[in-house]
Amino acid sequence: MNARLEVVASGALATIQDLGRLGLRRSGVPWAGALDPARLRIANALAGNAQGAPAVEFFVTGPTLRAVDAPVRLAFAGDFPVELEREGRKMVVESWRSLTLQPGESVRAGPPAGGRVGYIAVAGLAVPPVLGSAATYTRAGLGGVEGRALASGMRLVAQAQEPGTREAILRQAPEQDGGPIRVVLGPQDDYFTEEAIADFLSCEFRVSPQADRMGIRLEGPTLRHRADKGAEIISDATVPGSIQVPGNGQPIVLLADAQTAGGYPKIATVASADLPRLAVASVGAAVRFRAITVAEAETLARQREEALGHLLQQIVPMTLVDGVDLEAIYQGNLVSGVVDALAPEHIFNALE
Amino acid sequence: MAVRFLNAGDCALTLEFGDAISPELVRAVIAADQAIAAARERDELPGVIEAVPTFRSLTVLYDPLHISRAALEPALARLLAEQGGASAQTGRRWRLPVCYGGEYGPDLAEVAAAKGLTPEEAIRLHQDTEFLVYMLGFLPGFPYMGDLPEALILPRRAEPRLRLPTGSVAIAGTLTAIYPWESPGGWHLIGRCPVPLFDAHWREPALLRAGDRVRFEPVSPERFQELSDALAAGRTAPAAFLEQS
Repeated sequence: MNARLEVVASGALATIQDLGRLGLRRSGVPWAGALDPARLRIANALAGNAQGAPAVEFFVTGPTLRAVDAPVRLAFAGDFPVELEREGRKMVVESWRSLTLQPGESVRAGPPAGGRVGYIAVAGLAVPPVLGSAATYTRAGLGGVEGRALASGMRLVAQAQEPGTREAILRQAPEQDGGPIRVVLGPQDDYFTEEAIADFLSCEFRVSPQADRMGIRLEGPTLRHRADKGAEIISDATVPGSIQVPGNGQPIVLLADAQTAGGYPKIATVASADLPRLAVASVGAAVRFRAITVAEAETLARQREEALGHLLQQIVPMTLVDGVDLEAIYQGNLVSGVVDALAPEHIFNALE
Repeated sequence: MAVRFLNAGDCALTLEFGDAISPELVRAVIAADQAIAAARERDELPGVIEAVPTFRSLTVLYDPLHISRAALEPALARLLAEQGGASAQTGRRWRLPVCYGGEYGPDLAEVAAAKGLTPEEAIRLHQDTEFLVYMLGFLPGFPYMGDLPEALILPRRAEPRLRLPTGSVAIAGTLTAIYPWESPGGWHLIGRCPVPLFDAHWREPALLRAGDRVRFEPVSPERFQELSDALAAGRTAPAAFLEQS
């Protein structure tokens, strides 16, 4: 049976994403898809979906979602509070778990700590694929709901939950990676002076406010192009993680929605294992880069996938965490309002 | 032709055939692209996700969980050697209608004046040229086509426009293009084409492919409107503008 989930408030740039629309870059169609695929997969696993199913990706201020006519199961990946409105009371629960909304109940998610992106999976979320994917690419109106970001009044179709649905929880939230962002130099590192390469690999950059799903502009030392090469190339293909440097010497990291080709020299490409960490970094975050080889970057990619596999095995029904009936504790808190002591409105006021 | 293998991270590598915009180079790129596509049909390149041909290079995107650069690079080098730069299949030929000048091409008069031409002469030069589709990029379905005759070559506009309407036919440098979507843009807008360039419902969503050849045919504003209406209503299919497949 279908259940409807209404978007009560859209939040900031919430879109439906999955693992991307592959295979059409030759026609100028970027992959789109989740900026942090691992978190999308965890959210879906918590909701009981296939890992690559469509889910909601949001920036900073999450959307407010309300179950309309049947119970809907949601799951949250990212370090952010989830404010639940149940029986007229507001309560806060932690992310990294699933939560079933009864008709009339609503949740507001966010803002994420230590980043700007969070994920909400919806059990059985039905979004028709366009060109093989449900990922929203707003510039060409592809995927998602009518090719657009979520807007208040939209209704998503999900699978209604049977009574007695057991919630799932990730035993331990994943640790945030630290350290420099690993990159592979090239394809056009030969367009830059030795000093520019040295500065790129030793200086600190900051994420500027110009950061969206297409890319992130960084601010830092000016990276100069070699006088005999210049700041333009004959356009060639870009990939997610390409770091292009236009004439002003300030790098731009290309992300999921970026154009598929470009005419600025690309000093380096972010290792796929580290790209999500950079893609979701908050405005103002400090970033450093370290060069590694292609083989080292491939090893990191395999290690990251293995670590995600271990993490996914840490998803358990709520009652089974260390033999403690967490579900009962959560439910007890929710009903008794013990969590109200956290004063959710204050948390949100302090963070927004 | 010497090919350089350039690093593009752990999920891609770029095969660079040269450093110019020329029909010879793009033919080499397309030949390599076709050789890779044929190898993938034979399941010879597991882990390769897609290849992206551009003016003078081909970028191969792969999944590092399924194939390593160390295995992929020699496999690609072998394919290129076997294929030996064999000439690519000839592309399709299109004749696309354009309504030049006026509200459809607000920069036409300026372009003509800058080059010491009348607007009619500028249109004649554009319509008399058969353009090669070098590559698609920038936006879904956006074709980079060339080469413009010398007499129409101009740098981009000093001030980009905030809004070029869908179908805008524009020129910049040695190239001409059609904007498949409303978009900001720095090219000179000389006309508008009523034929859609991208539709997610088509079996192949982009109308044009790298290697195709395009000629433009001037149409009146009235004919432009008729064609727009017929295409929108499905009475005319974009394939009607295909001269040779």
